[in-house]
Amino acid sequence: MKKPSNFKLKYIINYILVLALFIPTAIMGFTGSIKGSSALLLTQIAYSMVLAVSLNLVVGFLGELSLGHAGFMCVGAYIGCFCANYMHAVIPSKLAVLVISMLIGGISAAVFGLIIGLPCLRLKGDYLAIVTLAFGEIVRTVFMNQPVFGGALGLTTQKYGKLLYIIAFVMVLFTVFVSQNLMRSKHGRAIQSIRDNEIASRAMGVNVTYYKLIIFVISAFFAGVAGVIYGHNTTPVDYSFFSFNYSIEILVMVVLGGMGNISGSIISAAVLTFINVKLQTQLSGDLAALKQLIYALILIVMVMWNNAPALRGIREKVNIRSLIDFFTEKVLKKQETAPEGGIDPPASASWDKIPTKIPMDAILSTDITPDNPYEADAPKKEEKR
Amino acid sequence: MINTLINGLCLGGIFALIALGYTMVYGIAKMLNFAHGDIIMVGAYAILTTLSLTGLTVPAVVVAVVVCTLLGIVTEKVAYRPLRGASPLAVLITAIGVSYLLQSVAQLVYGTKSRSISIGNFGTVEFFGVSISVSSLITLGLCLVIMVGLTLFINKTRIGCAMLAVSEDRGAAQLMGINVNGIITLTFAIGSALAAFASMCYLMQIPSVTPTLGSMPGIKAFTAAVIGGIGSIPGAMIGGILLGVIEKLALSVPALAPYTTAIEFGLLIVILLVKPTGLLGKKTREKV
Repeated sequence: MKKPSNFKLKYIINYILVLALFIPTAIMGFTGSIKGSSALLLTQIAYSMVLAVSLNLVVGFLGELSLGHAGFMCVGAYIGCFCANYMHAVIPSKLAVLVISMLIGGISAAVFGLIIGLPCLRLKGDYLAIVTLAFGEIVRTVFMNQPVFGGALGLTTQKYGKLLYIIAFVMVLFTVFVSQNLMRSKHGRAIQSIRDNEIASRAMGVNVTYYKLIIFVISAFFAGVAGVIYGHNTTPVDYSFFSFNYSIEILVMVVLGGMGNISGSIISAAVLTFINVKLQTQLSGDLAALKQLIYALILIVMVMWNNAPALRGIREKVNIRSLIDFFTEKVLKKQETAPEGGIDPPASASWDKIPTKIPMDAILSTDITPDNPYEADAPKKEEKR
Repeated sequence: MINTLINGLCLGGIFALIALGYTMVYGIAKMLNFAHGDIIMVGAYAILTTLSLTGLTVPAVVVAVVVCTLLGIVTEKVAYRPLRGASPLAVLITAIGVSYLLQSVAQLVYGTKSRSISIGNFGTVEFFGVSISVSSLITLGLCLVIMVGLTLFINKTRIGCAMLAVSEDRGAAQLMGINVNGIITLTFAIGSALAAFASMCYLMQIPSVTPTLGSMPGIKAFTAAVIGGIGSIPGAMIGGILLGVIEKLALSVPALAPYTTAIEFGLLIVILLVKPTGLLGKKTREKV
């Protein structure tokens, strides 16, 4: 059996990951050995992490595809930074301005999340993806054409320097804290049950619409907060940044890190943002296409590796977790005189791993839909209530 | 005003051609082929390349149709078939990946700059005092022919019936001896061939080729398919023409012009809220 200490490590590993990046750089920041561009980069990494973790809530845990994450970010960036520009003159404390503007940005994005989440009660899958995509484009077009927000030139924002950088990392910790605890709770399990089998979870009494809406709103809130961080990091706020491509970029982070895995999102957000910025500053032109090519390959290869029915056998043998188990077993065998031959609990018992779909579907397909190998996984037809 | 309407019909015809591809694939493979818009882009580059080599329009279109059809078959076999039976989310993300892949390869091969192309400079003709460009007429005529032909094909031939059967119930169709995989591949092939015609019509209206040419018309055509009722062929035509006319009308009003995209997508959201099955979609009950 796995020890409880192992479980706790899984729980705090995300904080360790974030702090490992944050503390050394913070010390460097205060001693002055860090360059301005690096601080910019680190803030970029911070908001990418917030975005990836919050999108993971929708894609990885709820199992719905949102292609409008950049749209929520756009709402947060414009409204939050707009308010911050006004508060800047009134409130002397920079910290207060930042925190309040983040709250405003987050809440306004959450309101939009509620609005866009309402169709989500009726739609799912591809329709939802297109609606969120459409929403992202609408938001961008609308903000672009408002002279109040700077129009096509973008919204000019104030500089906050190192303070922004610290606040951004606190926000990362907060996002991780909220997401992680939400998913460990009763509500989190309900949400994941919706992903695994919506009808079954509805039959078990899970309020599907309520949870979908909740997750959508929370995810939008954090995207809005990330937008405010972006807005203060990059001036002027550029509407073209929040295009569909950026939503895909966040999706790539989530898919690369592993859907439904918060640590994975943190790591891949950091790595991809770092590579992205480095490539952007050092090389230009056709390399943008190369970046896109790599993103495309990441999406296709990762998804196929994780989902193709034909690869199920290989996948269960070759994965990081089994490698870790293999090594720990060897080490443990060396240390313990009497090695325990106990069986590990099934992978689905650990809170942050995607539970395999096999048990639920096996039950459903044997009992009710006997001979439909193609559609055994999830209901495809649109539901009418 | 009449000119705006005709332009709208033209654009609508293009949207309808693309939407047909979306709606057929969606109806039969039950997946949103996100890369469909980019197949149009590939078709446009095929036309561009052949046209610059030979200077002849008709062979260029033929080459584009062949290239697009092959591309549709290859993407289906390589990217989508291994995921048959996987969750819809996985298939959707892969389709986005394929779309991105096609765009980036086009950028690497042809560069990001837009290239101008001269196709369809056929002049104009006068109808009751209104001058209409011949390319618009070609577009409208082609759309009409394709739509009628496709409807006949689906409803009158054995293969068309097999397609209908697969879209109705894949498992039952397989039990009846229909080659489901073959039908799905064929659907992709037809959809992609239509995309090649769409790219020809598109180039006659907007004579420049960029690697991202297909993404916006692709998304808008999907919107059109959803508005008309996805899975329904007449629905795709009506939705496409409706959307094209709305776009041109909105563009002709100065106050609305900047918000054209927002209006179109807003229409999508409203339709999905009010009638999620679209204008002509059938109601389906979900069975456990």
